Amino acid sequence: MLRYAVRRLLSLSLTLLVASLVIFVAIEIVPGDPAAYMLGMNAAPDTVAALRAELGLDVGPVQRYLNWLGGMLSGDFGTSYTYRTPVVDMIGDRLMISLPLALYALTLSTLIAFPAGIIAATRRGSAADVSVMGVTQLGVAIPNFWFAMLLVLVFAINLRWFSAGGFPGWDQGLLAGIKALTLPAIALALPQASILARVMRSSLLDTLDEDFIRTARAKGLSTRQTLWRHALRNALIPVLTIIGLQFSFLLAGAIIIENVFFLPGLGRLVFQSISQRDLIVVESVVMLLVFAVVVVTFLVDLAYAAVDPRLRRTN
Amino acid sequence: MLLACKDLSLSINGAPILRDIDFQLSAGKVLGLIGESGSGKSMTAYSIMRLLPGGSEIGGSIELDGNDLGTFSEAQMCQVRGNDIGMVFQEPMTALNPLLTIGDQVAETVRVHGDASRAQAQQIALDTLRRVELPAEKYSPARYPHELSGGQRQRVVIAMAIALRPRLLIADEPTTALDVTTQAQILTLLRRLVDEDDMGLILISHDLAVVANTADDIAIMRNGRVLDSGPARSIFSQLKHPYTQALYAASAHVPARAGRRVDRAAPLLVVDQVSRDYRLPRQSLFGPRRYFRAVDEVSFTVYRGENVGLVGESGCGKSTLTRAILGLDAIQHGTITVGGEPVLAGMAMPRELRRRMQVVFQDPYGSFNPRHRVARLITEPFHLLDNPPTGSARSRAIDEALESVGLTTADADKFIHEFSGGQRQRVAIARALIIHPELIILDEAVSALDVSVRAQVLDLLAELSGRYQLSYLFISHDLSVVRSVCDRVLVMRRGKLVEQGTTNQIFEQPAHAYTRELIEAVPRLPEAPG
Repeated sequence: MLRYAVRRLLSLSLTLLVASLVIFVAIEIVPGDPAAYMLGMNAAPDTVAALRAELGLDVGPVQRYLNWLGGMLSGDFGTSYTYRTPVVDMIGDRLMISLPLALYALTLSTLIAFPAGIIAATRRGSAADVSVMGVTQLGVAIPNFWFAMLLVLVFAINLRWFSAGGFPGWDQGLLAGIKALTLPAIALALPQASILARVMRSSLLDTLDEDFIRTARAKGLSTRQTLWRHALRNALIPVLTIIGLQFSFLLAGAIIIENVFFLPGLGRLVFQSISQRDLIVVESVVMLLVFAVVVVTFLVDLAYAAVDPRLRRTN
Repeated sequence: MLLACKDLSLSINGAPILRDIDFQLSAGKVLGLIGESGSGKSMTAYSIMRLLPGGSEIGGSIELDGNDLGTFSEAQMCQVRGNDIGMVFQEPMTALNPLLTIGDQVAETVRVHGDASRAQAQQIALDTLRRVELPAEKYSPARYPHELSGGQRQRVVIAMAIALRPRLLIADEPTTALDVTTQAQILTLLRRLVDEDDMGLILISHDLAVVANTADDIAIMRNGRVLDSGPARSIFSQLKHPYTQALYAASAHVPARAGRRVDRAAPLLVVDQVSRDYRLPRQSLFGPRRYFRAVDEVSFTVYRGENVGLVGESGCGKSTLTRAILGLDAIQHGTITVGGEPVLAGMAMPRELRRRMQVVFQDPYGSFNPRHRVARLITEPFHLLDNPPTGSARSRAIDEALESVGLTTADADKFIHEFSGGQRQRVAIARALIIHPELIILDEAVSALDVSVRAQVLDLLAELSGRYQLSYLFISHDLSVVRSVCDRVLVMRRGKLVEQGTTNQIFEQPAHAYTRELIEAVPRLPEAPG
């Protein structure tokens, strides 16, 4: 198991290194001079030269890449050109919202999807199955910002249970923070839960069709015991993959929902820095997201191995 | 009487599956249930276990030790299953949960019935695994199913079924997926358990010879009915029922192979000192590369018009060798030539050479695209031709190929799911024939077929070989089939060719100990009367 973990970790570190190179090449080299790009078309040449010096662009690309990499490893992501603050602080602030929001949405989506998928699969063809399939079909089809607007209309404007947007800050207390994130989390979770429930259902149906389920029944296990002891764990393997993908998406892809609810999250930071041509921030956030995806992939790999003994052996 | 089925009938969603099934079984006896696919033999087993699909309706009665199981609730049946009746299945590779250790899976049978503690259940599991000849010293109960071979997994499934010493054991094709030597061991094991525990055993099989040597009584089923039944000895010595006669004849069938010309002066396929290595993952990051030699310096020749059999257990390298001959994988040593031209792997293989060889696989359904009609399916090899026939020439080629395998020209417009298993294999042979190859590799081509269908396909193959002077490389684990259709036989073990010779030599005077072991393990049909 340890051997497997170390192997995965090595290969994922390599992924990170390659990703950093791709990001560096794409942002710093391909579109020409970043300093001129950031300042726009009408910038004076001496302003551009000053910015070049500030950005450390006056050295060669290899040195630049190494500087960037070394900076990130020591926690120095550079200084935002637009805001004149360290990028690491900006990202830290935004993560305080985006990370809890992603976890909240993922928890909700899992809590909805597992029971729905299990009920649909074990009562295949029943009214429960048909309704789960119908509702999840809608959930997959309807975009999440529309859900978000609907939630605001009902729960914030009409019922006044929640505020329509904004974030009070965690210093206002845990409860206030969670309350502010609830509507966005629901809006994010519903489409994800619909996908996850469908995956859970079909995976479980496949598993219930397997020969070892019949073997378990022949041993004298009831259908319920067979489900809990044999079917679910086997059905979980494809579901874990989807959960991993969904978390990565939720972390970075919440941009529209963050806009609907005026949440200062990572997605909005990326959006703003792109429109303000703040390449240093863009570069760092993209690298951070790649890092998050790699970490999540690693966790999913570990979860696979915990579920499936066939993966623990490395020969 | 341990088990008595009276007027047992079964319908699923109104469609009748079983009718008027009557049989009895005493403790310590073995009842052989024989039938071809669709005869209802497995459904009879599932009716006894009451593990039937939704929409099933059972009629008649099933009595176990005088108790009518029909009056039992589902909860009571859960008590019966595993405790009073154990069951063993056909596919040992998939019958075990891949995520649990074998010890836990055997112990689970004990745990769900009664209130044995975890430690007690583990102890019973250890003892039971020892009874099925998987002692803990050699086969740790902490192993997972994927760490065991097919035969060992089947022993685990048997251990799960007999852990609580049930009164009745049902074994549904328990050896069909296993090699002959493993099959013989499993049958011996089952018989021993029956004698030790005074247990009743229902042994379900499509193979007359398997059942004939193990069962005390036999029931022969067809279309959901029992057609013939009685003591095993008299069933085969009298062969009263016409269907029993037909089954027996099909099982013992030897195709007529007159009129074939083997041209000993014309070697077609020459395999010379061929080795195939698989790369294994490194043990450590900078450790040496390790290799597994799947085929080890194999040499043989197939002459024009000759039918050569290749036998050996699973994992012996038969399939690897086949892939190498077809030019699908590169070989590491030696040469393979067809008609004097070297076989190269992948894109390097010239099309002219590919068209001289065709292959027919075991699974006649899986090797066809279900969305295409037969006309398109069997003309697939045309892409190997420089000027494939078009228009009326194409239709003529299709008609000729279909007629030569005993299908009709009207079948060209059908889809593959409209055919039975035997007909699908005929379509597969038509696809191989359509570009007039010189060599056809038959990879377990008749293994999945029922005996009567198998006899017809073997006849067809023998006839085609004579008519077109076709050479066959006939790969099979079924030695009796190889014996009936091949001129020469190659015996392969652990990547090496241990013996080759004429069919008579190999079967009458096997020189190698392994060949003798293989031949002895083949279940034999009892002598027919007169």
